[in-house]
Amino acid sequence: MRSLLYFLPLVICLSIALFFYRGLDLNPRDLPSALINKPAPEFTLPSLAGRTVEQVDDGLARTDLTTGKPVVVNVWASWCIPCVAEHPLVDRLATREGVTVHGINYRDRPAAAAAWLKRLGDPYAKVGKDESGRVSIDWGVYGVPETYVVDGNGVILYRHAGALSPEILERKILPLVKGGG
Amino acid sequence: MIAEIGHFALIAAFLLAGLQATVPLYGAHKGDRGMMELARSTAVGQFALVLLSFAALVNAFVTSDFSVLNVAQNSHSTKPMLYKISGAWGNHEGSLLLWALILSLFGAMVACFGRNLPPSLRARTLAIQGMIALGFLAFMLFTSNPFDRILAPPSDGAGLNPLLQDPGLAFHPPFLYFGYVGLSISFSFAVAALIEGKVDAAWARWVRPWTLAAWCGLTVGIGLGSWWAYYELGWGGFWFWDPVENASFMPWLAATALLHSAIVVEKRDALKSWTILLAIVAFSMSLLGTFLVRSGVLTSVHAFATDPERGVFILALLAVTVGGSLTLFAIRAPKLQTTGVFQPISREGALLLNNLFLSAAAATVLLGTLYPLFLDVLDAGKVSVGPPFFNATFGPLMAPVLGAMVIGPFLSWKRADFHQAMHKLWLGVAAAVTAIVLVLILSGVEGILPAVGVGAAVWIICGTLLELADRVKLARVPLSESWRRACRTPRAAYGMTVAHLGVGLVVAGVLGATVFKTESIQNMKPGDAIDVAGYTFTLDRVERLNGPNYQAERGVFRISTDGEQFATVNAERRAYPVEGDTTTEAGIHTTWVADLYAVIGEGSPTAGWTTRIYHNPLVPWIWLGTIVMSLGGVISLTDRRLRIGAPSRRRAPTGGSLSPGPAE
Repeated sequence: MRSLLYFLPLVICLSIALFFYRGLDLNPRDLPSALINKPAPEFTLPSLAGRTVEQVDDGLARTDLTTGKPVVVNVWASWCIPCVAEHPLVDRLATREGVTVHGINYRDRPAAAAAWLKRLGDPYAKVGKDESGRVSIDWGVYGVPETYVVDGNGVILYRHAGALSPEILERKILPLVKGGG
Repeated sequence: MIAEIGHFALIAAFLLAGLQATVPLYGAHKGDRGMMELARSTAVGQFALVLLSFAALVNAFVTSDFSVLNVAQNSHSTKPMLYKISGAWGNHEGSLLLWALILSLFGAMVACFGRNLPPSLRARTLAIQGMIALGFLAFMLFTSNPFDRILAPPSDGAGLNPLLQDPGLAFHPPFLYFGYVGLSISFSFAVAALIEGKVDAAWARWVRPWTLAAWCGLTVGIGLGSWWAYYELGWGGFWFWDPVENASFMPWLAATALLHSAIVVEKRDALKSWTILLAIVAFSMSLLGTFLVRSGVLTSVHAFATDPERGVFILALLAVTVGGSLTLFAIRAPKLQTTGVFQPISREGALLLNNLFLSAAAATVLLGTLYPLFLDVLDAGKVSVGPPFFNATFGPLMAPVLGAMVIGPFLSWKRADFHQAMHKLWLGVAAAVTAIVLVLILSGVEGILPAVGVGAAVWIICGTLLELADRVKLARVPLSESWRRACRTPRAAYGMTVAHLGVGLVVAGVLGATVFKTESIQNMKPGDAIDVAGYTFTLDRVERLNGPNYQAERGVFRISTDGEQFATVNAERRAYPVEGDTTTEAGIHTTWVADLYAVIGEGSPTAGWTTRIYHNPLVPWIWLGTIVMSLGGVISLTDRRLRIGAPSRRRAPTGGSLSPGPAE
């Protein structure tokens, strides 16, 4: 009986190998596969205090994504440098292209986040603060920044991980928000 | 032409490895001396051929021969010479060739320096080494030939990933591979011992120097990699629990456990099958790392361009090597006879404790690394396991190791008196407690954990020095007598002292980096100043400059304290036009007690630049500590007993007072 114990390493090794073999066909960079063309997760986030926007921001929830109009959801944080880099594009999306952009403020200190928006401009219609990162996990956020396009019925159409580029904006995001509905 | 010579040398090495893997094994079975001796000549020959092949590849890179596909894809004529050379192993094919080179180097070293090994053990060890080489050379020849030509050579190459164009990273792979691949020799020794069915003190002593050499290389390699991440990725962090970092860390943990358990086999004839298993596991972890980096099953910043065909090949190689050796282990290990018995409180006990927790830590890192893959395969969703998991699990697992590594050397073999050991250690306990209390009172850091961490570092450093003092009976006998004892103390014992001191330094440094650092992110224009942890950083100017193959924006920071300027650092943001990529180079001023660290981000003269300033206390000790640790390994390697390598016939000392014998 005791000698069976000596087979344990072999069994563990073979099962890991089996997982590896199955894993070879999967691409870990295809993160969004599970959520594309699926409804966005159910969530409610409190609003970020200290913003200077005209409209009332009562936080961000799933109901904000089902208004019949496509929206863009941008996940950002004040400590994230690529977010600074992509911010002019987010701004352009909201102000020049007239797209509703909501923000999810990921694991941030509210004061720092508000100061960041004051400094760089605040293009967001609503900002939900996700201090614990819980909601972002439901969205499958891999890192900040990340941008999602959601159609008027709350279905995720597209996801971009990393900073936006003018190319992504023009080729991927704009056709979706302007074309679909 | 030279590239073809390299290719042919590789084919010849493959054929020779085939001979090395089979004939000596049969010879050892039959007791045929001539066949066994073939292992040595083929091992040396194989090394010479792989070296020739490697030289041919480096030559192609140095002369920028863009008719070689690998060079065209990974090099560029304007690249500085250092990175042309390091570019040879900065890609999948070239790094495999480096792998094969070090694999054959270790084989050749055993062939040349292993004169005192029994012929059959040496023949079998080299045959196993030959089998591994056979697998890897086949992998290269069939899926990843570094010498492939292109019919229409481009006028210039595509360049090397700018992140890799860095002195730290140029030397990182050779050291890391020396460690990774060096563990193959412990593996081969273990499998050979299983075939022979004999594991004894002599075996443990023969394996030890090879494991130690590999361990030193691995330690330096990991240190260099972490140093690189620290100043090149620009986040002030030194370890990210990235799958590829973990892939190098797991073999290190296993090899550290192996080094310690081999002592028990050598001195006390116990823990045999466990030691054999560790030797197999340590190298399996190396192979696993190779698989993870090259197959694309996990995402990582360090991953090579991946290809499913290669993934299948490496996986098959992994399955045969690891599966085969573990099958042999399952059949043969239960028959290994153990004579040494010991009480839980004894030096063996402490070493066993160390082993259990190091292995548990390695298993935890393995689980955390592979967990996303497991879930993905089971279609249970995509997750990423980040630093919180590792920080929460790794620390508690290391705590007992840090405690035991100080007490262990004070314990005698077989059965020890814990109170007596602690009596000798009271000064260490007092120092640790004082440190904890001081940190709790003086520092503004919340929680008890940082204080306990500082206490642990003080405990290790004081306790280790106390052990040395106790060994030479400092202050208990006249100084001359202590000196005489110090001279008689074996180098291996000094090696342990130095290596353990290194661990203490690393613990302190890690703590400084995680708990006590101060960080400040802001927008700055030239002339702006910012106060961080009592230092004033003034952005003096931002200038543009041209490097050999990049353009950079350099922020010059003046650092002053109490109005007195004492340093300037240059933080750069480099743009590489050939590769179309940018990198950051942190500006670091080290006082050896702390790093003052500045990074410049994107910006313009009108809007100002985003800057990140860090005060990282104790962080330089992380790298100092890794160097001290490997230095300890090197000192231990120079021990006379290892060079002579004759097995000791002396019975292991029993009970009673501290043995003056080697206590690694």
